[in-house]
Amino acid sequence: MSNELFRTCPESGLQFHRPAERLMKAHAVVAVVILLIGGIAALLVTLTRWPAVHLLPADRFYQLLTTHGVNMLIFWMISFEIAILYFCSSTLLKVRLATPKLAWVGFTLMLAGIIINNLAVASGTASVMMTSYVPMPANPNFYLGLILFAVGALIGCFIFLATLVIAKDEKTYEGSIPLVTFGALTACIIAVFTIASGAIILVPTWLWSLGYINHIDAAMYRVVWWALGHSSQQINVAAHVSVWYAIAAIVFGARPLSEKVSRTAFFLYIAFLQLASAHHLLVDPGLSAEWKIFNTSYAMYLAVLASMVHGLTVPGSIEVAQRAKGYTNGLFQWLRKAPWGNPIFSGMFISLVGFGFLGGISGVVMGTEQINIIIHNTIYVPGHFHATVVIGSTLAFMSLTYFLIPTLFRKQVAFPAIARLQPYFFGIGMSVFALAMMGAGTLGVERRHWDMAFTGAPLGFEYPASAYTMMGIMGLAGMVAIIGGAMYILVTVVSVFFGKSVESESSYGTATTRLMRAEPIFIPEGGHSAAGKWGFAAPGTFVLAMFFLVTFVLYYAVNWKYLASVWPLS
Amino acid sequence: MSEESASVQSSERVPFMQRILDNPFILLFIGVVFPAVFYIIWGIVEIVNIPLAP
Repeated sequence: MSNELFRTCPESGLQFHRPAERLMKAHAVVAVVILLIGGIAALLVTLTRWPAVHLLPADRFYQLLTTHGVNMLIFWMISFEIAILYFCSSTLLKVRLATPKLAWVGFTLMLAGIIINNLAVASGTASVMMTSYVPMPANPNFYLGLILFAVGALIGCFIFLATLVIAKDEKTYEGSIPLVTFGALTACIIAVFTIASGAIILVPTWLWSLGYINHIDAAMYRVVWWALGHSSQQINVAAHVSVWYAIAAIVFGARPLSEKVSRTAFFLYIAFLQLASAHHLLVDPGLSAEWKIFNTSYAMYLAVLASMVHGLTVPGSIEVAQRAKGYTNGLFQWLRKAPWGNPIFSGMFISLVGFGFLGGISGVVMGTEQINIIIHNTIYVPGHFHATVVIGSTLAFMSLTYFLIPTLFRKQVAFPAIARLQPYFFGIGMSVFALAMMGAGTLGVERRHWDMAFTGAPLGFEYPASAYTMMGIMGLAGMVAIIGGAMYILVTVVSVFFGKSVESESSYGTATTRLMRAEPIFIPEGGHSAAGKWGFAAPGTFVLAMFFLVTFVLYYAVNWKYLASVWPLS
Repeated sequence: MSEESASVQSSERVPFMQRILDNPFILLFIGVVFPAVFYIIWGIVEIVNIPLAP
């Protein structure tokens, strides 16, 4: 093995296989360009759904909603995730990437798919939104683009698996693969199921759009398509949880409270997380209550338990690391003294809290068949998934970017002051945005509709004034989040394409928003609990977890109460 | 560490669950088969069994 094929980052100590490094850069750059396109579409869509502005005409609105949905939920996420898969295999295991040439074929297919799909939507002949439900036809290139992208991504997944085999064969690690790589493996496995499901339904739909197949059953389409549509968001969950663990280790030198428990939680994701696709079919008449309840329960809530385990162990490991460094006063000194000016940490922590409190709780409510009916197909649904996918995944990926700019791209982070503020703009703006959507959805405001007032419709509907207030808040908060997104694009693009190179460790240290390479913490004799207080390894995290559980139970109960009031049975 | 204790340690059986978690291809099998059976196949069977309207 030639050493010239590898480069060691002087600050982080990470070892990059150069062909893998080029692939990671290519995937990450494409992902950020897609984020820009999807972000511009987000601006225009938000300005249209904001009733006081109502910017676009109906046809343009649906076209841009399609652009926004497909680019953000499929192309941005999976492109960035393939970069993460290569990083977690080749770099973290210090091994060459399997078949880099084939990986470039995969990249080319993904890029071609992105371009073909976007051109189809831009032509105005594929404004079918991400779901593209049959029998609503789209330009055949819409499906072809998705299929090419899926094949390219699948190649990336198998290259990740092959790289794990090489690492084991060449003994570049001892024992089990690192937890972060295990999380990436979880994401990869979910991606294989997701992409295969996409191929099963999109290939015949493409042939149908070309006229080679007469009929696609709409109910069948919905079942199989959602194995792609929802499971693709579960790839993001596994990937962003891995990023949380990685950032806890990078910034604090934190170690998981229990590797065994965290790995078991990832295993529960592998087995059960994808089942939640059934959320979207809870009012479909052809499917039984047994099928719906079993699947939407994430197999009786085991995958939800897994998310709560991660939500507890990541901040718990940070608390233990901080306490070991001397921040032991009270319950929350460890949190007050955390590096809130470092966007790698602040973004990750907002992502964790937003994903748990907003995305997680609303997800379980939506997955309960009875109370789902209060908000089914309302704007509550995008409120939920903006909390999971945007606050949870996108913000976690943004945080990781601030680490990758100096380590992977070897550039100093441009505009450090903007970088420090960016997670707050994006995270807080998006949290209010998601909450306002959920509020409007609870009042019945429909999702995806160009005009919530149904102007000119024969059967009108009068929403309460509070629904319009909620939509106004959504619009304003959306603008704050979009400014946060623009700050990320500005910092990233200027850093990567016009930024100063990282020439020395000293310039590296000051120019990367005080990124520090934390040394692994010393665990005192007696294990993690010896670093804690009152018999708890992480008492502050325990209190936060209890607060989360109380919030969860209250919100769940309130929804049942609300159901009883909107659906009187006597 | 004596040679004897080292050989005892190396011959120690890896726990069953850890062997599963250390094998990416068993995990891949579980991660594809579980949702394929419980979500897709079960769902399709239900749709196929919907009686046609007279």
